Amino acid sequence: MSRNEGDITWKDIEIGAIVTEPGNTAEYRTGDWRSQAPTYGFDKCIKCGLCQMFCPEGCIEQNAEGYFVANMFWCKGCGICARECPTGVIMMVEESE
Amino acid sequence: MGERIGIEVSQAIAEAAMLADVDVVAAYPITPQTHIVEHLAELVADGDLDAEYIPVESEHSAMSACLGAAATGARTFTATAGQGLELMHEVLYVASAMQLPVIMAVANRALSSPLNVWGDQSDLMSVRDTGWIQIVAANGQEALDNVICAFAIGEDRRVLLPVMVHVDGFFLTHVIEPVIMPDREEVRAFLPPNDYPLPLDPERPVSMGAFAPPILYPETKKAQDVKLWASREVILEHWERFGKAFGRHYGPVQSYRTEGARTLLVTMGSISETASAAVDKMRDAGKDVGLVQLRLWRPFPFAELRSAVREADLLVVVDRAISFGGPGGPMCSEIRAALFHEEKRPRVTGFVAGLGGRDVTVAGFEAMVARGTEIAETGIEAEYETYGVRE
Repeated sequence: MSRNEGDITWKDIEIGAIVTEPGNTAEYRTGDWRSQAPTYGFDKCIKCGLCQMFCPEGCIEQNAEGYFVANMFWCKGCGICARECPTGVIMMVEESE
Repeated sequence: MGERIGIEVSQAIAEAAMLADVDVVAAYPITPQTHIVEHLAELVADGDLDAEYIPVESEHSAMSACLGAAATGARTFTATAGQGLELMHEVLYVASAMQLPVIMAVANRALSSPLNVWGDQSDLMSVRDTGWIQIVAANGQEALDNVICAFAIGEDRRVLLPVMVHVDGFFLTHVIEPVIMPDREEVRAFLPPNDYPLPLDPERPVSMGAFAPPILYPETKKAQDVKLWASREVILEHWERFGKAFGRHYGPVQSYRTEGARTLLVTMGSISETASAAVDKMRDAGKDVGLVQLRLWRPFPFAELRSAVREADLLVVVDRAISFGGPGGPMCSEIRAALFHEEKRPRVTGFVAGLGGRDVTVAGFEAMVARGTEIAETGIEAEYETYGVRE
């Protein structure tokens, strides 16, 4: 989607609501489903990457320092990364409005 | 030129699909539709029809396979009846919303239970909100002609919607009728090749049937509803074109001997032919009774219906289906709603008759006209009455 979903009118809907732009799921902000967000205490992080492997959204990226961080545009706050982290680096905290 | 032949209506429907040169048939046999798909299987096996015939394990699979076929741009046909249509139900919504022009003959059948394979229109009414175009045939010729028209209508780029052609089970499907069978060249000239604009194609990838959250879903449904309404003009255009090419003219509403009629029977499907015989008899007896037959059920022909009943004082609407615990016959309740804002409204009396293949006879129509007249004259409060059920 080249524009905000909220700007699309019924007249803009393609035949059969077919999606003609491949890969545009990446533009779908699933981050706003989230009620909890992961926070990191990287001093304990061993950079094992388990969180990245377990993330069902596939939204965890390795940064320049080698730490694994969730992209908040897609992170749904499921907490699986925190559950699986072997050294307890990740804490889920309530997000405020 | 077409040839006048005697043929079972089911076989005529199958031959119509052959004349339309369908590419894919995915179907599951069910009474009273079986002869349609059996004959199609024969036509494919004998080499008369060059099509993929996909035998499937259920009607749900039949419609699903049809969606896949139509999504590639193939001309797609199937047929079902009663319980089979019910098993397809969820996939019917997908076909219309994805705008895949699957063409389907429905041999109207009563719904279980008790188990009953005979003809009524309970199945037709159960799918009225699925977003398909629904054309209801009154005889074999209408069935055959409208299967051909259905391809032209559904595949038209201004429409791109699936179409059901309804034929009453047994009353039509198993009757040998004289029909004019068009020849291949005539049909080829009438029916352009299917040219679906966004087919599945690796060179031009698309996603079909994607998901739409609340921020998009209502826009998709409005677009779908507008499309179905817009199909109305295109249906009329193709019927007119068909009339010019083949000399047989169809409209959304057919009037029979309605000149000066104060009372009108309103019917849909094969009982319309019996009703017309009843009208003849009542006219001969000096009664000013006429008949209005609905041929297009979706999109509903509001304008034509209002115009057809404008001069009448009383409508006797005969439904071959019932909405339990509701306003009675679905056709009657929609007609009442269609007339509510008219300045001059006829009294609309509703009868539910002929369920599960029970015959509705000429005498039956005469009796319903008499009872409808009595209800209107005495002001009896009745949403509807059932006719012909033993007390």
